[in-house]
Amino acid sequence: MNFWDYLGNRHQQLLTDAFQHASAVFQCMVVATLIGVVIGVVTYRSEWAGSLATTATSTILTVPSLAMIGLLIPIVGLGVAPTVIALTLYGLLPIVRNAIVGLRGVDPALVDAAKGIGMSRTARLLRVELPLAWPPILTGIRVSTQMLMGIAAIAAYASGPGLGNEIFRGIGSLGSKNALNQVLAGTLGIIILALLFDAAYVLIGRLTIPRGIRA
Amino acid sequence: MPETATSATDSGATSSGSTGSAAAATGATIELENLTKRYPGSPNPAVDEVNMEIKAGELVIFVGPSGCGKSTTLKMINRLIEPTSGRIRIGGEDVTDMDPVKLRRKVGYAIQSSGLFPHMTVAQNIALVPKMVGWSKSRIKDRVEEMLDLVGLDPGEFRGRYPRQLSGGQQQRVGVARALAADPPVLLMDEPFGAVDPITRDHLQDELIRLQHELHKTIVFVTHDFDEAIKLGDRIAVLRERSHIAQFDTPEAILTNPADDFVSGFVGAGAALKRLNLTRVRDVEVRDYPTVTVDDPLQDIFGKLRSGNTNEILLLDKRGRPYKWLRRGDLMRARGSLARAGTLVHDTVTRDATLRDALEAVLTDNAGRVAVTGRRGAYEGVVDMETLMNSVHELLEADRLDAVEHQHDLEEQRAEHTHREQEGAEATGEERA
Repeated sequence: MNFWDYLGNRHQQLLTDAFQHASAVFQCMVVATLIGVVIGVVTYRSEWAGSLATTATSTILTVPSLAMIGLLIPIVGLGVAPTVIALTLYGLLPIVRNAIVGLRGVDPALVDAAKGIGMSRTARLLRVELPLAWPPILTGIRVSTQMLMGIAAIAAYASGPGLGNEIFRGIGSLGSKNALNQVLAGTLGIIILALLFDAAYVLIGRLTIPRGIRA
Repeated sequence: MPETATSATDSGATSSGSTGSAAAATGATIELENLTKRYPGSPNPAVDEVNMEIKAGELVIFVGPSGCGKSTTLKMINRLIEPTSGRIRIGGEDVTDMDPVKLRRKVGYAIQSSGLFPHMTVAQNIALVPKMVGWSKSRIKDRVEEMLDLVGLDPGEFRGRYPRQLSGGQQQRVGVARALAADPPVLLMDEPFGAVDPITRDHLQDELIRLQHELHKTIVFVTHDFDEAIKLGDRIAVLRERSHIAQFDTPEAILTNPADDFVSGFVGAGAALKRLNLTRVRDVEVRDYPTVTVDDPLQDIFGKLRSGNTNEILLLDKRGRPYKWLRRGDLMRARGSLARAGTLVHDTVTRDATLRDALEAVLTDNAGRVAVTGRRGAYEGVVDMETLMNSVHELLEADRLDAVEHQHDLEEQRAEHTHREQEGAEATGEERA
């Protein structure tokens, strides 16, 4: 069976996997973004808290994903839980780092001006600092998403959802006539999803970054 | 442009009058009492016991070398920097302990880099403070138009622009518009024109003078440029390190009678020259000069030149504007046509020009005089070197007399003060006894 026949036969299964893959990554990204931005907002003012947050999140990233999932299984069991936890943790680093860099990069004269015209602490954060830091944060979200696309495939090891199942099935039956097709379909599916997400981010950037600070 | 701006303010004043906040329109007094700022870990205070009274509607300049604490003092007025001790009163109300966010909404603030938020349009930037204090949408919209008009920008063209689409000077104008949007009685300006080119700075300074003429806010303006201080200030506070006031007086008094070596050092060389910036051509004698027009017959012109006591006359064009200086010799060579005779008038000054401008023109002219023009460039008279020298002498002499008198007043006040203090000390001494 060649690759195209394989796709024709299995497209139902592949679409379901792809949808689950995308959905898992999307939901974990939402959670990671919220947590990441909050960590950034809480820590960017202090030198050491900022470094601590960056170091802690980059330490997480050095743990191999397979090992991370392996470690999570005894704690939270198989299935969706270890997948979501692992993906969210991995997604944090670029967001936290870019949020801190972005918030610290806001021109102090602007913060001074915001204070000087009588904006409260919250108003300054919501109306001046976060909007100005949003482009780097969005870049962080993009990088995170690309990364999670790949890592999400490993989740199949813990019986998680997604295109990783195709890949693991293929690897498990190496030598059989469909093994290569399965691995190929899973991999290409992930690449296509990643590109689609990236396109979506470009669109989001267009819609959410004010014209005045768009590069 | 000034006409439209004026009418805009007028309509604004009436509209805000109907909503009942017109009381805030003009300036309020500012009193600083023993204002001190200490930073932890440094033995000397950054600002040491500043006492100052600024009258309502006055434009006061803080000038001094960098690091003298002038900016710190300014930022303590709206409590961007919290004073370590001392009191601040605005319009008689003690604001030292009030909520700083509320205080700052009543005090306009403009800074060097304009401080416009790049992600908001010009209109959104200006609308910020009115929005925060809860104005209605339609009132804010009107106010934005009014403010843009006031600072000389066309609302239709600039309302929707982002700060990066503006030149430095335009950004600075919008910065001032934003600071004034909620009609605060007090405006603080921290080296607002420090980052723009000299020509734009000159324009902005003129605009500020015009604005202040219309609005009568109390303005505190920080700069390290003494010439800027002289040009703008009603009074100038020359500050030395730790914000000690070396002299707080009118520009004229500081120029002619600097309190000490520090002030005279800061005034720099050429105080007399700088004094010229403070006087306008209208204040000195503009002399009449023999004139002829291009339509006069050549014979008349000859006659005038011969009979006049000057060896030169001024030729005016059909609209009465200075055109050429004619000398006797020129006419000899003219041979019946004025087309190639005489020297063209290069430079003229208006009655609004400063004496410095006039002197500049007189010095560059090889015969040492400049024509003064009025409406539409029409000839009104001539100022020459002699007039300038005489008036400058008179001015300086008058300043000196004023300064002496002023000094005398101050000494009397001081004497009275010490007298009262001594009495007070005696009184408490008696109580203790």
